[in-house]
Amino acid sequence: MDHHKLGAPIIVIKGVEKRFGETVVLREIDMVVHRGETVCIIGPSGSGKSTLLRCINALAPINKGSILVDGVEVNDPKLDKLAVRRKVGIVFQQYNLFPHKTALQNVMMAPVTVLKQDPREVEARARALLKRVRLEDKAGSYPGELSGGQQQRVAIARSLAMNPLVILFDEVTAALDPETKKEVLVTIRELAADGMTCILVTHEMAFAREIADTVYFTDGGVIVESGPPSQIFQAPQNPRTRAFLDLVL
Amino acid sequence: MFETKLTARGVAIAFAAAAFVAAVSLAHAETASPAAASILSLVVKWLPLIFTGFLLNLLVSVLSMAIGTVAGVPLGLAQIARHRVVQRCASAVTQFTRNAPWLVLLFLTMFLLPFQFRLFGQSIPFPAWIKAVIGLAIPVMGNVSEIVRGGVLSIPRAQWESAESLAFSPTQTVFKIILPQALKRMLPPWMNLYAILAMATPLIAIVGVQDGLTDVRGALVAENRTDLLLPLYATLLAMFFIYCYPIAMATRALERRAEVKF
Amino acid sequence: MTIVEAFKHLNDAYGINLSIVYDPFDRERFVHGFLMTLLLSIVSMALSIVIGLVGAWLLGGRSRLLKGATTGFVEAFRNTPPLIQLLFFFFAVSPFLPGAVNSAGQVTPLIGGVGWAIISLSLYAGALNVEIFRSGLEAVPSATREAAESLGYTRLQAFRHVVFPLAFRISLSALNNNMVNLIKTTTLAYAIGVPELLYASAAIWSESLNVREMMLVMLATYLLLIAGYTGIMNRVERALRMPGTDV
Ligand SMILES: Nc1ncnc2c1ncn2[C@@H]1O[C@H](COP(=O)(O)OP(=O)(O)OP(=O)(O)O)[C@@H](O)[C@H]1O
Ligand SMILES: [Mg+2]
Repeated sequence: MDHHKLGAPIIVIKGVEKRFGETVVLREIDMVVHRGETVCIIGPSGSGKSTLLRCINALAPINKGSILVDGVEVNDPKLDKLAVRRKVGIVFQQYNLFPHKTALQNVMMAPVTVLKQDPREVEARARALLKRVRLEDKAGSYPGELSGGQQQRVAIARSLAMNPLVILFDEVTAALDPETKKEVLVTIRELAADGMTCILVTHEMAFAREIADTVYFTDGGVIVESGPPSQIFQAPQNPRTRAFLDLVL
Repeated sequence: MFETKLTARGVAIAFAAAAFVAAVSLAHAETASPAAASILSLVVKWLPLIFTGFLLNLLVSVLSMAIGTVAGVPLGLAQIARHRVVQRCASAVTQFTRNAPWLVLLFLTMFLLPFQFRLFGQSIPFPAWIKAVIGLAIPVMGNVSEIVRGGVLSIPRAQWESAESLAFSPTQTVFKIILPQALKRMLPPWMNLYAILAMATPLIAIVGVQDGLTDVRGALVAENRTDLLLPLYATLLAMFFIYCYPIAMATRALERRAEVKF
Repeated sequence: MTIVEAFKHLNDAYGINLSIVYDPFDRERFVHGFLMTLLLSIVSMALSIVIGLVGAWLLGGRSRLLKGATTGFVEAFRNTPPLIQLLFFFFAVSPFLPGAVNSAGQVTPLIGGVGWAIISLSLYAGALNVEIFRSGLEAVPSATREAAESLGYTRLQAFRHVVFPLAFRISLSALNNNMVNLIKTTTLAYAIGVPELLYASAAIWSESLNVREMMLVMLATYLLLIAGYTGIMNRVERALRMPGTDV
């Protein structure tokens, strides 16, 4: 989409390296995400896409480099990780809703427990969010009673309830069948159109091409190539990118 | 792997604790009386008797398990019978024998069974320890019944249906198709039940059967020394531990193997 | 004819001797026995749950020493006979504790039969609870905890609001089984002379010579007690059910 609508940098990643023991999973990662930008990360399985998202959300510590979220260093050991997580939402492939709470309670829980907001005010907002993901009539249902696509949309609403600056999506449609996949993609498209900053890891190439401002191709823990979708999908510079796209398109 | 290491450490620590108790009681004895060193020799002296009594505990446990299993399997199958009355009765008997305290059932058989009975004009004595075996077999029966029911019900319906479609009779289906599969799932809880039964056998001392616990108490009365209390009770506890712990480990290993399959 | 007279008549005419109905002394013993069983059950349940929670928490902690000690405790208590544990505490451990001096100036044991019964039952059931809660905690997917943390929950908040409520639900049926067993195991206190239901019943039948009747009454009382507990717990389980799951 058009670059001129983008705002100031909100996530700045520089020279990040991440190891699990001896194995280097991410190396020399550089990435800048602007306010309102939609970034898609594509790449083969095991290339470190999920790990990168987990690092941004401070779920996994990094070994080298720096990640700034809204000017705050995520890797600072003195940093309150929770402060970062309140700014960055994440939606997982397996939804990970809380099965002992209804859809509405799932959306309300974090603002009430973590941000200590007034439950009545949170409830009004939570209902509005459920409406936004078209699930207002499922407020009282438990996750076990919802389809995969519905659960995933509750998970998105749950993330939105924290009013994050950025939302990370980790292959959120990978576990869904084509029909329900569409519901979730529509929700994400609307979010992006509303100006929410989104980073998506996805295997939905057509969707990435349509929605992304910038596409990153990762392989073997490095960013091989990045650029607007027109460039990555139509004129990839790197032979590895080309090979990967030939395989999946 | 991690589990095994943990449990191995558990054994080591349990034995360390037992050794600690023994050491403390020895040290205590040391200060209490000049004849202290003899405490170990006293334990050794009584060990054979206690062990003989302990063997009776094991005998009772094996017999009760055998009787309880033989009675419990048909009861468990009756619990899933199509016949309404049979099924209701079997469930009632199962619930009753599972929920009644073991010691109460033991009292019940000790008091209510005759101490001899007549068969073809002969009076045959009914010794207390056999009554105890029956008393313990009753709750075993109820628990086996429930294990059988659970095991059979855990086999998917499709197995019944495919057997039916191959023209197996209901009895053939149960014995040829269902039970062989259910057996694997019933084995761990059955072994667990046996361990619980083995650890319940000292109850027979309360109703007057001479077992390992009776022998410990007898030795304590004979020696009349308070410093023997700790080591002798610890000895009996150790015997049970050494017998039951491997059973528990084997049960867990089987359970884990069953889990991996799914 | 009053009820009391009716039961006296039942005894005189038919030899069915329910002395706990017409004899105030027997009745009081029986009621006290029942209350004692109730006391042993409730207090030991509460303590065993605390022990189970603390043990499961230690098993999940960092200290290898505490983990090893907890494992040792669990294995020792669940692989030895509860009756001998009780006698061991009551006869062998008790003398090591300092006595208390009562008002008459005599030295009495600090902890009496009831106390030791509660301690012993709690440790035994508690050791089993450690295992139950540990496997419950293990069954909570780490992804669910992570989801809470990604929403800004502290570790403690995630435990309190997400991990523990789930683990508790997963553990509940095994816990209830163990608690029913605990109620049944309170009968062991008979062996150290605690006047609980079995002890009281035995005292009554040996004096009033109504073994058969008292046995049945006692058995029925235990079964009712357990049915009562199961009834309450069924309601709790229903209230905590998570629709759409097996738990
Ligand atoms: N906790 C961990 N410990 C050790 N290695 C890990 C861990 N998590 C991930 N890895 C390794 O890091 C590499 C990258 O994993 P990651 O999950 O980030 O890949 P991905 O690009 O998201 O793959 P996919 O498309 O399959 O989700 C993989 O080789 C994986 O084996
Ligand atoms: Mg991934």
